[in-house]
Amino acid sequence: MATIPKTASGIAAAITSKQITAREVIDSYLAQISARETDIHAFNLVTADAARAHADAIDADIAAGRPIGPLAGVPIAIKDNLCTHGIETTCSSKILEGWKPPYDATVVSRLRDAGAIMVGKTNLDEFAMGSSTENSAFGPTRNPLDTSRVPGGSSGGSAAAVAAGFAPVSLGSDTGGSIRQPAALCGVVGVKPTYGLVSRYGLCAYASSLDQIGPFATTVADAALITEVIAGHDAMDSTSIPQPAPALVASVSQGVVGMRIGRVTDLPAGAEPEVIARLNEAFAALEAAGATIVDVTLPSLSYALTAYYLIAPAEASSNLARYDGVRYGLRVNAVDTNSMYGATRAAGFGDEVKRRIMLGTYALSAGYYDAYYGKALKVRRLIAEDFERAYAQVDVILTPTSPVVAFPFGDKVDDPMAMYLCDIYTIPTNLAGHPAMSVPFGTGAHGMPVGIQVLAPALGEAPMFRVGGALENAAGGSK
Amino acid sequence: MTQDPLSSIIATDEQMLEGGWELIVGLEVHVELATKTKLFSGSPNRFGDEPNTNIDPVTLGLPGALPVLNKQAVELAMRIGIALNCDIQPCIFHRKNYFYPDMPKAYQISQYDIPLNIDGFLVLPSGTRVGVERAHLEEDTGKSTHVGGATGRIHGSDYSLIDFNRAGVPLVEIVSRPDIRTSEHAKEYVAELRAILEVIGASDAKMEEGSMRVDANVSVHKPGTLFGTRCEIKNVNSIRALGRAIDYEARRQIDVLDSGGSIRQETRHWDDAEGRTHTLRVKEDADDYRYFPEPDLVPLAPSAEWVQAVRDNLPMLPAARRTALSVLTGYDTQSEAVIVVVERGQHDYVQAVVDAGGDAVRALIYVQQGFADAGPVPAVPAADLAKLTVLERDAKLSATQAKTVLAELVEHGGGDAAAIAAAKGFEAMDTSTVEAMVDEAIAADPGAWAKYMAGDEKASGAIVGRVMKASQGKADGKIVTAIMQSRRS
Amino acid sequence: MSPSGTPISAVDVAKVARLARLDIDEAEVVHFTEQLAKVMGHFSDIDALDLSGVGPMTQPFPLVNVLREDVEQPCLDTDEVLAAAPSSDQSRFRVPPIIGLDD
Repeated sequence: MATIPKTASGIAAAITSKQITAREVIDSYLAQISARETDIHAFNLVTADAARAHADAIDADIAAGRPIGPLAGVPIAIKDNLCTHGIETTCSSKILEGWKPPYDATVVSRLRDAGAIMVGKTNLDEFAMGSSTENSAFGPTRNPLDTSRVPGGSSGGSAAAVAAGFAPVSLGSDTGGSIRQPAALCGVVGVKPTYGLVSRYGLCAYASSLDQIGPFATTVADAALITEVIAGHDAMDSTSIPQPAPALVASVSQGVVGMRIGRVTDLPAGAEPEVIARLNEAFAALEAAGATIVDVTLPSLSYALTAYYLIAPAEASSNLARYDGVRYGLRVNAVDTNSMYGATRAAGFGDEVKRRIMLGTYALSAGYYDAYYGKALKVRRLIAEDFERAYAQVDVILTPTSPVVAFPFGDKVDDPMAMYLCDIYTIPTNLAGHPAMSVPFGTGAHGMPVGIQVLAPALGEAPMFRVGGALENAAGGSK
Repeated sequence: MTQDPLSSIIATDEQMLEGGWELIVGLEVHVELATKTKLFSGSPNRFGDEPNTNIDPVTLGLPGALPVLNKQAVELAMRIGIALNCDIQPCIFHRKNYFYPDMPKAYQISQYDIPLNIDGFLVLPSGTRVGVERAHLEEDTGKSTHVGGATGRIHGSDYSLIDFNRAGVPLVEIVSRPDIRTSEHAKEYVAELRAILEVIGASDAKMEEGSMRVDANVSVHKPGTLFGTRCEIKNVNSIRALGRAIDYEARRQIDVLDSGGSIRQETRHWDDAEGRTHTLRVKEDADDYRYFPEPDLVPLAPSAEWVQAVRDNLPMLPAARRTALSVLTGYDTQSEAVIVVVERGQHDYVQAVVDAGGDAVRALIYVQQGFADAGPVPAVPAADLAKLTVLERDAKLSATQAKTVLAELVEHGGGDAAAIAAAKGFEAMDTSTVEAMVDEAIAADPGAWAKYMAGDEKASGAIVGRVMKASQGKADGKIVTAIMQSRRS
Repeated sequence: MSPSGTPISAVDVAKVARLARLDIDEAEVVHFTEQLAKVMGHFSDIDALDLSGVGPMTQPFPLVNVLREDVEQPCLDTDEVLAAAPSSDQSRFRVPPIIGLDD
């Protein structure tokens, strides 16, 4: 039996050229899951039987000469806040435990049409609210590189799945950094596309104007490949950009000669020294590869955290109101409907979710709208304008993804503000709606991985992947 | 709804209520749009289907569902705006957040401070102009039925059942300014609005079926003072009930104020069987709706071309139709014949009869009397009806005979009026025969004739009745009257 | 700032918990108030900003007029949907008596 390739593109090529069968590939990955999943808990649900059946079906198609997709036989793990028809989708919350959606998210359909095989639904911070996956109602996920440490969040399960070799690629969602930060903490690639590039239909909403779906992968090229498959206009999402998916894989190996890379001189403080050291090495590497480094300032960046933690909870407080025990999910019985609401939501939601709902409700409430939510929307515009000015001078911007490397369990869970500060470098791009990706680049304290974040303007995925590819080369990481 | 304390609409003396009170009424009308599908998703917009069959992730508020705006709903909303003389402006949607079991998302997507249609007006047939503050788009809720209680209402029920077929149906909410001063005008407003909505194809607007729902905001005050505290009246299910409810509520408020009390701002429920309003809920406790712009939808800015196209293609409105019919026939726009014929959509048919050579007045009367159930395009060809009107006009048939022939035409969907008349042995009586009959009737009833001669018009009935009996209906009543008048003068 | 002068008070927390239909007991009110007040204390940084000339940004990517044709799409399977309901009866969703809410 041939060796199982470690990348999605490698697997797809090997299967299409019949060097290996889809079943061999899926069995290999399922074996890896069996070996380590108990330690890692990346998944809420492993769909082993369905995966094998799907693999067999693809092998039958290939044998019969029927057309197969560009990801035929590629195993993929899906974050458990993406609706999968007939397969439990919980958002890692008790309020949706056991719920099986009657429909598929658009990205899930597109991946299946491309031939990708879902191996399971991955763990997350409840309703995508968190930066460590410690807020999951079903227990945390452990960082595969050091199981005493968090994998990051909220897409901790998807990041860990790729880092642990449970799948070559996975899908997460990113509202304030929930793909990029766990990617950095687990030493894998993570991409948040331009807002509107990937359909949100079927993504259990956290913050509607900030949420985006994106891939985790072990290589930048794989991340580009998955982005290509899931991106592109969807009529079911009004905020979906009316353009087809861009071609992105080619950008990855284009190099950075002539590109201008922005260095933010007024970056908010708080990053560990080793993280800053890696960032400086990244700049040096890109310069050596033919790019120019240009200093830029983003003066409003320090207000991004405040704006985010008013806008996101406000939208979330409204998006999560539908979990009321009437039509689906948990219901705690009571003498009347009003009491039923209160009891159901108290039992079904964890503390962080409750905190954000209350914060968001407060920010929108009569008398406070202008002071809080209204103001935050204006700060958002200031941040977007800062970026616009910067991108007149540079093609991309580089920052650390996370100010810290993966931290031990329990370190920040009792101090919400400390946890929120994990997202200080990732939040601005969500507010602006821009794309950004995290590329592993060396290690920091305790030998844990450091991720470098590449930011680009709206629909700037191509320059973003060019720089990502170059960083990967410099880090010696492409396989 | 804004309240100008010093509105330019002031009640006339006849309109004032006893005791010097002025009634202030504003109406909020919700209208279900006649689209094929729902406002934000592709499930059918259909009444009467099995429960929870017209459902999709958006309708049910499932996790991950997203709204996409229905173009036809916008078209119809714009027609309403133009018909009500509104400005159409670029607009956005807002979320109105509150919990209720028939609200699948626990928020309603509506329009708040930047709605599609603003600053319009509706001129009532009787002439009063009522301002229309806004007409905006929003989605409908599901329907709940309450099981176990005595009255089928919430209080005392054991549980409730929810059907989401109606959830997501497109609504336009039309909010009037508080320019209405009498319950009659309120009824007129709703009737005219209904007629407009039907004519432009926006809605079938049936209060009894729930496709048009009316809430009345009622207050009273003494002229020259600020408007009084208003109460919102709900559960008004017919135009007649609207009038009764406003009259009751005005009286209730006046009684409270006259006895030194004050009006509490609240929502009241109209009980048609009992003929009174009850407190439903007190407004102070109302939910804070936490309106914010709907992030899942993008702004709506209809192009100038689209607005112009809606304007150009808008059918003639009832007011204009009544005017046209009035000009054609000489009947007043307020006359029952004109109102009824326009309401039925049969004005074009009357015009067609005239175009085919028919007599305008008789065409109007025949259509009013003979085509109650026929709909806008009666089966009787316009030319056939035209011929009948001419026969009566030329005194070849009496009015009574014409009516009989008309009934035949309607029953058979047309026919040759002259042939039908001949087959029935109808012919108008010649004038000299009628004169002789009039003289015989006068001789037979000198008492009635004396009264008539003295100017008592009602006394003519006795004479005319004798003539009609003697002629077995063949005498033309108008000719009889004309003869009598000439005998008198 | 809430009327009491602190960023968010226990009264505020109890009120928004009610608005959001979250049953929390007195101990939780105290606990959450402490945490939320600390978080909101950080948010006073935007009070220093001059936002007078700045328009709100509700959408990251400027789209306008996204509409769909008035054409029927396939519906969900009623049985599948009701099977997921906590309680149903005669093809309808069943809930306890609806009191304490708007009519």
